[in-house]
Amino acid sequence: MNWLFRYANPHNFMRLSGAVLPFTAIATAICLAAGLYFSFSVPPDYQQGTTITMLFIHVPADVVAELAYGAIAVCSLLSLVWRHPLSDTAARAAAPFGALFTALGLITGALWGKPMWGTYWVWDARLTSFLLLLFLYLGYMALWNAIEDETRAARAAAILALVSAINLPIIKFSVDWWSTLHQGETIMAGKLAPVYLPPFLLMMAGYTLLFLTLWMIRIRTAIVERRARNLMVSA
Amino acid sequence: MSPFLTLLARDLKLAARSGGSAALALSFFALVATLVPLGVGADLHLLARVAGGILWVGAVLAALLSLDRLFQGDYEDGSLDVIALSPLPLELTALAKIAAHWLSTGLPLTLLSPLLALMFNLPGPAILTLFVSLLIGTPAVSAIGAIGASLTLSLKRGGLILPLIILPLVTPAVIFGAGAVSQTLDGMAAAGALQLLAAFSFAAVLLSPFAAAASVRLNLSN
Repeated sequence: MNWLFRYANPHNFMRLSGAVLPFTAIATAICLAAGLYFSFSVPPDYQQGTTITMLFIHVPADVVAELAYGAIAVCSLLSLVWRHPLSDTAARAAAPFGALFTALGLITGALWGKPMWGTYWVWDARLTSFLLLLFLYLGYMALWNAIEDETRAARAAAILALVSAINLPIIKFSVDWWSTLHQGETIMAGKLAPVYLPPFLLMMAGYTLLFLTLWMIRIRTAIVERRARNLMVSA
Repeated sequence: MSPFLTLLARDLKLAARSGGSAALALSFFALVATLVPLGVGADLHLLARVAGGILWVGAVLAALLSLDRLFQGDYEDGSLDVIALSPLPLELTALAKIAAHWLSTGLPLTLLSPLLALMFNLPGPAILTLFVSLLIGTPAVSAIGAIGASLTLSLKRGGLILPLIILPLVTPAVIFGAGAVSQTLDGMAAAGALQLLAAFSFAAVLLSPFAAAASVRLNLSN
């Protein structure tokens, strides 16, 4: 666990993230630019036609939205069990982006659903569980904002994140059982045509790097903000 | 009497004497059920179709009403500190409060539901399924609700944030509960959905006291 705690010190984290940040930012820009270019230049799908482009915009958003929740849950565990001092800040910083990517996934999904399914929204299992994920994010952020005392807010939010993390698979499973239309696993099952793989992987990397970059910037901002506040108090 | 039962009896007495949260929840439940036919029309076939879902949603919302008082009252007047000092572990304290909440809201709601279901033209077997599903499922609502109540107990306006936290987490109960009722309506066996509901409820009642106790603890420590 030692390596984890080396960066628990805000000073070390600032140094490391400051060095890494330019590279991730540039990599994000390259991946997204190349990914978008290839997304629009792939041949049309035999069934979906040109709307296949939505795949490259929609699926990575959903994956990152879930990834962000995983990140919050891991940070919450670190904070509750090992009292890792930076993980509260990290968890809080990830939440708005998680909510944003969830909303992006829902919106792009709706725009893809209209030409393919003939409707923007269906009460399908995947869509409904994603909507619930959005509400989980909103509740998590609301709890953070509602409690004034910062250490209390951090621990309350961590408990909520862990409870939701346990409950999330159950919600997903129960909603799956309830009704489904969304297509099943395609990419991991190797059913995606090889031409679509390069833009998909590029967009996947681009979205993930974008999340990591923004996340780091937000953690850095929070640290700087805290320092500024401490200076104000001591002055 | 054991500390657990003493606390349970005290909370039930408080619930019964301070404004009657059961009566309030029941009136709310009945009112929601009355508003629905006014909104969707009095077509009895349609009402029978949606009764399971409406009554489940109504019951969950009614149970939420009194949740913010679960720990808050004791927190504000300081008795929660005294209870925390007692030999009873906080986990069992949380379990006693969950039990008291269920006995004072979940159970009365369940008992009222057949009457409302009758007014929604739900056939006999489906009424039985609804009754059983609420009996199994409402403890989960109280248990998960206790987590939300303990997380928000220091908030002045916890009442607004509580549903936002709780409702996404109790969706499985609504899905399985209302699903069991519609399966009975369609002439299928509801046992599968009821078993899943029972599993969810069991897990919620078993695990929630730990989360609730942890968040009470963090709110008591300074």
